[in-house]
Amino acid sequence: MNYKALRSARIAVASLSLLLIALAFFDFLELMPDKLIKGSVWLQFVPSVLLFSKVFTLSSLGFAVVLLLTLLFGRVYCSAFCPLGILQDVILRIAKRFKKIRFKHQKAFSWVRNFLLLFTIITILSGTTLILNLLDPYSLFGRIFSDLFRPILMLINNGMASVFERIEVYTFYDVDIKLLNWVLYLTPVMFLYLIIHLTITHGRLYCNTICPVGTLLGYLSRYGLYKISINPSACTDCKMCERDCKAECIDLESQKVDNSRCISCFNCLTSCKFSAIDYTSAKGAPAGRPEKTPGQEVDTSRRKALGVLFGTALFPSGALAQEVEVEPDTATVPVVRKQYVTPPGSGDVQEFLTKCTACHLCVSACPTQVIQPSRNEFGWKHLMQVRMDFHTGFCNYECTRCTEICPTGALTSLPLEDKKLTQLGKAKFVEDNCIVKTEGTDCGACSEHCPTKAVSMVPYEGSLKIPEMDDSICIGCGACEYACPTTPYKAIYVKGNAVHVLADKPKEEKAKKTEFEGDFPF
Amino acid sequence: MKRRKFIHKSIAAGIYTGAAFSFGRYGKILANTAINDDIPYDLVAVTGGEPVQMYQRALNAMGGISRYVKKGQTVVVKPNIGWDVVPDKAANTNPSLVKAIVKSCLEAGAKEVYAFDHTCDDWKKCYQNSKIEEAVKDAGGKIVPGNTERYYESVDIPEGKRLTSAKVHELILESDVFINVPILKNHGSAKLTIAMKNLMGIVWDRGYWHRNDLHQCIADFSTWRQPDLNIVDAYNVMMKNGPRGVSEADVARMKFLVMSDDMVAADSASAKIFGMQPDEVPHINYGHAMGIGNKDLDSQNIGRIKI
Repeated sequence: MNYKALRSARIAVASLSLLLIALAFFDFLELMPDKLIKGSVWLQFVPSVLLFSKVFTLSSLGFAVVLLLTLLFGRVYCSAFCPLGILQDVILRIAKRFKKIRFKHQKAFSWVRNFLLLFTIITILSGTTLILNLLDPYSLFGRIFSDLFRPILMLINNGMASVFERIEVYTFYDVDIKLLNWVLYLTPVMFLYLIIHLTITHGRLYCNTICPVGTLLGYLSRYGLYKISINPSACTDCKMCERDCKAECIDLESQKVDNSRCISCFNCLTSCKFSAIDYTSAKGAPAGRPEKTPGQEVDTSRRKALGVLFGTALFPSGALAQEVEVEPDTATVPVVRKQYVTPPGSGDVQEFLTKCTACHLCVSACPTQVIQPSRNEFGWKHLMQVRMDFHTGFCNYECTRCTEICPTGALTSLPLEDKKLTQLGKAKFVEDNCIVKTEGTDCGACSEHCPTKAVSMVPYEGSLKIPEMDDSICIGCGACEYACPTTPYKAIYVKGNAVHVLADKPKEEKAKKTEFEGDFPF
Repeated sequence: MKRRKFIHKSIAAGIYTGAAFSFGRYGKILANTAINDDIPYDLVAVTGGEPVQMYQRALNAMGGISRYVKKGQTVVVKPNIGWDVVPDKAANTNPSLVKAIVKSCLEAGAKEVYAFDHTCDDWKKCYQNSKIEEAVKDAGGKIVPGNTERYYESVDIPEGKRLTSAKVHELILESDVFINVPILKNHGSAKLTIAMKNLMGIVWDRGYWHRNDLHQCIADFSTWRQPDLNIVDAYNVMMKNGPRGVSEADVARMKFLVMSDDMVAADSASAKIFGMQPDEVPHINYGHAMGIGNKDLDSQNIGRIKI
């Protein structure tokens, strides 16, 4: 076997995986088709297991493919498909340009690994997925990219938009950056720090100690068909393989490889100059002679480019909002929302909360940015899982994007015609906050935006009209709440349905006048 | 702005006289009303044709595009692109009309023709599904975003009663010519949306208007800058459930087009076409009272063209 080619193939697959998944989480310009996004994350282990547990279909068997791959070739998921794993390789490559990083064999933190996996499973069984959501590598990657990196990219985009605008090119356009509550930045920031730290000091220690998926696949990879093994008769104990092993699982004293921690990155295969390391099936043939790995040179031009990139980010030309006068607030009744709203395709809110891993792929994909991570809206146990935030946007009537891309089955695909009738919640009117009542002037912003006319304007005092709800055709899209101009509370808000239901079709009555007859009316 | 407006008006007046001579006879033949030949008119209404056809007839009767657009000028066209719906639902200005307008501006020698709207639904979907993005591009114009606050700049509205300042899209401030292309619709808040109401799409903070007497704010903002030309699309008219509409059942095929330099006059005529009296729409009354324009059509020189 040509080990150099094998390693190159692993790197190629890993690069493609990382590229596609990273783009999916960055896609605020809606450039990626829904199917490509879904395809890119299809193999992700935890989402796929959750999806399978809901729908039991062949198309949800991505996790089974991972299990099979692990049984055949070891933890290739961790080295070639898991975006968080590949991200660590990228961090390592960057870090290696600044300092020499040499790994040394370490003993496994077996009890920590086993405890964390067990703890994750126990918490799931006891009804909370918080620990799983915190530790699942795919979802963690998603949050880092969606919540931390995407806004930075948006800032760069906005900087470019304003530069190109000056030469009258509108290919780039400004996008709205919605910042989250600070609490929501805690986990991605802390985990990103942890991962960078662990990667630089001990390679894939996160994968081999904290990650429950890594631990689970580690049990299987012990029994994998193809494994890394050392041939003691050829080994000169030069420690080149150990130095390059980011899993720190090659023990040259006992001449053994801990296959539960080996992530099948194949680095050792190419670093061994004496053909002392093989990747073979238990009964496999001995391997061919590996070739030299080329040394890495420091490319300063790239470093400069990065500096420039982040420099641009620091100086966006967008002007900050300057509110001239302070208006008095007119709304007096606080809105207490008893049930928060979940995105279309989530059906039963309680079931949704057991399936959403808070990867924030839908947050990235939503064109109106109405899907936002929640803080304690569903309780602290559901930190970071998503909800509809009708203060940042409203659900576009003609859009089904989130339902098409969710990999966990938390949101299931809804055909457009069904989505238009799916009632996420019902709009509630707080008359005492309404402009029409408090100010005695026309408003109707809510009714304007309503796509089904569940909010209509009915006669009030004099020629004034005031909103009236028709629950039967309201779909809870939140357009009314978003548009309602009252402060500090809204005069109309959507109370979520615990279980989404089908609304009636909006009435279609022919207009009284359908064409013009007669002469000019003036 | 005042000064520019003045210069603009004086140039327009000069051309007006010139155009009266050159287009006089031509216009008479096209405008088969034969009531008068005082071309250009204060207001022209056309009925019975297709949108582009009606536009061209009205434009001729108004004195031709060269009365409004000079060689080398920049033009901003403001259609209504507020909603993510298909053209047949008549929530957005007819794309073929927008295309024809952009084209004629370019033919008149405009350096650049821009179009945008501050949409209500997701702006990209509005631009796309209204078919207006395609129409503007096909005609050789530029479609420009208006989706974030950065595109808007603060202006004072000295004559405003409730609205004394607003953030206005930079293109309106920078362009030489401003052509307003509303679609006539029923409107849950403003009773009707026509020319004056369409200007709400060039400002950023619309919530303020809703909080502070919508009709007064619409009139107040119209004191700031009047479009050079208003072209009201009343071909397909949303008779109820406006401004977004629910289905095509809300739409009547009225086959009208109204053109005027005067927003209040255009709104007044369009309201009558809709079947309402201008007095039923408070912002038209306020606009008249504040001297923005003239809602009384009887006192105006009106061209009526039937196709």
